[in-house]
Amino acid sequence: MVELGKMELENKKSPVAKLGELTLLYIQELGSIAIFFSKGFFLIFSLPLHLPRILQQIQFIGTKSIFVICLTGAFTGMVLGFQGYYSLVMFGSEGFLGSAVSLSLIRELGPVLAAIMVTGRAGSAMAAEIGIMRISEQIDALKTMNINPIRFLISPKIAAALISFPLLTALFDVIGIFGGYLTGSILLGITPEIYFSRAETSVLMKDINGGFIKSIFFAIIVVSICCYQGYYTHTRSEGGFGAKGVSLSTTNAVVHSCVIILVADYVLTSFLM
Amino acid sequence: MKQPLIQLQNVYKQFGSTVVLDGVNLNIYKGETTTIIGKSGVGKSVLLKHLVGLIEQDKGEILIDGTPLTGMKTKQIAAFRNKISYMFQSTALFDSMTVFQNIALPLEENTRSGKKAIRAKVQEKMKQLDIIGIESKYPSQISGGMKKRVALARALVTDPEIVLFDEPTTGLDPIRKSAVHSMISNYQKKLGFTAIMVSHEIPDIFFISQRVAMLDEGKILFEGTPEAFQNSDEPAIQQFIQGLTTRHDDLTGVAHQTQGEQRFKEALARFNRYGIHFSIILLTVENLNEIYHQDVHAALKNLAHQAQKITRITDTCSRYGMNRILIILSDTRYDQAKKVCAKVVDGIKLSGGGIIKPYPEFCFSVSAGIAEVREGNRMEDVVAGAESSKSIVYEFNLC
Repeated sequence: MVELGKMELENKKSPVAKLGELTLLYIQELGSIAIFFSKGFFLIFSLPLHLPRILQQIQFIGTKSIFVICLTGAFTGMVLGFQGYYSLVMFGSEGFLGSAVSLSLIRELGPVLAAIMVTGRAGSAMAAEIGIMRISEQIDALKTMNINPIRFLISPKIAAALISFPLLTALFDVIGIFGGYLTGSILLGITPEIYFSRAETSVLMKDINGGFIKSIFFAIIVVSICCYQGYYTHTRSEGGFGAKGVSLSTTNAVVHSCVIILVADYVLTSFLM
Repeated sequence: MKQPLIQLQNVYKQFGSTVVLDGVNLNIYKGETTTIIGKSGVGKSVLLKHLVGLIEQDKGEILIDGTPLTGMKTKQIAAFRNKISYMFQSTALFDSMTVFQNIALPLEENTRSGKKAIRAKVQEKMKQLDIIGIESKYPSQISGGMKKRVALARALVTDPEIVLFDEPTTGLDPIRKSAVHSMISNYQKKLGFTAIMVSHEIPDIFFISQRVAMLDEGKILFEGTPEAFQNSDEPAIQQFIQGLTTRHDDLTGVAHQTQGEQRFKEALARFNRYGIHFSIILLTVENLNEIYHQDVHAALKNLAHQAQKITRITDTCSRYGMNRILIILSDTRYDQAKKVCAKVVDGIKLSGGGIIKPYPEFCFSVSAGIAEVREGNRMEDVVAGAESSKSIVYEFNLC
């Protein structure tokens, strides 16, 4: 009867009230994610350091993402080269293609696309791995062995993401600029010297730093959301202790990470400009 | 008066609208093996998880050496967890680590032992549990039985003071099951740790436990020695002890032949390892196969009933073939078996062969054979020995 009453009350709530509730829940979850990240971050420095596990994670998040980053970076640069050339040629300023490609990549596309690609490749795997560890009681087993699961599982991932993301972003930028050169100079005939000299003169240290700052923020977002979703798989009302729970956690991890990356990108850009 | 090491005082736990623990009071004493038994899904594993702090109770207290677990500071909890090991029902092995890394992990993380010392310790445990040669394999590459033993090795590698076993022998074959039980018992005696075990393995757990606690409907229904448990008049306990009913042979109400054979193997393993003698009685309804009358089958049922009435909880009574009942009498020599057999025969005679309605040309007889297991015997040999010594003990005829 009480349950029925609750359900009726739930149905009677206005859409505005429901939206408000959802917003509050979302903010609450963001707060929990922030606390979760802080715990994991500070435990990186607790002794003895987990260096082998951090290196293992750098290999997983960083090294294994190199191919995807190179591939997407190259094609993004090549597309930018095409689009940029045909837009600039209308104003007779195709000589600025180097500036257009390099600035778009370094300021925006490099950090954002690299973060989204790593979310798809490593973030989903992190959420699924931790989720499976949760439902198969491996995280409980760590607790009973007096091993802090956050320090053992999450901290190395945070450290590895903070190291890997800026490096992968840099790689994406370099490959992208080279991709722009391939279409702009090799295919469409812009002199290579002009392409690279424009790129060199227009890109300032402020732009490169801004790109790196973004990539660090994105690293925090991706690793926190993905690990959090996996770690608390069992608390979700749907699917909880099962394969469905893990699949939902993985989906949520990827979707939430991508959305928040784009929102954070807007906020960060407005601060950095 | 002996002070309990762990005390559960009125522990209450509810998940949603389901009350799992409804005021549990239990004492765990140092250096003893306490087995928690109860029906499936009654909350035994939940209770065990409370003891290690994986689940926190809604109400009540859990005292460790007199200190409440919930009031402990982080350092106290860490110190307590260093003394305790937990073997999970699902094994909870780390699937991204090899068997060696799994067993070595608690040593690597919580001790200052060098790599050589850790390797030596892990290999010692692996040798004791007969899992040598799988060090570099991953949990997904080994069998369920092996996983159980790897989990057991991981639980015991730190030489803990308290070990919690959540169904440690589920899924193991009889010989391994017997080996694991005897190993837990031996280690417990040798190292003196306090063992808390959740198990369904009746009667095996009675051999290795000093105390038994039965959880039923969220409360501890019984707490005491295995002997007191077996002799309890409480209907729920008796029902639980005989709770193998769901696995019983439909006709006779005794265990299936496969269960009887498994028990024989376990008893044989105990005999071979520890020299614990055992005997068998083979009761045969001689002409059951020739007569297709339902009363004869009722006679077989009665025979099984009489046999089961006379056997102890540690004995096994099972159907053996179409017309035979096999009684395995643990820790019993030939002479004692003869006395037990005489009691069964008296029971049959008194009951007059069961609910037989006499009719012309109806006759059947019951014969009994006894054999004691000797060294090197296989089941077939012992059964053949009982067959050769059998004699007609009861005849019913209206021929």
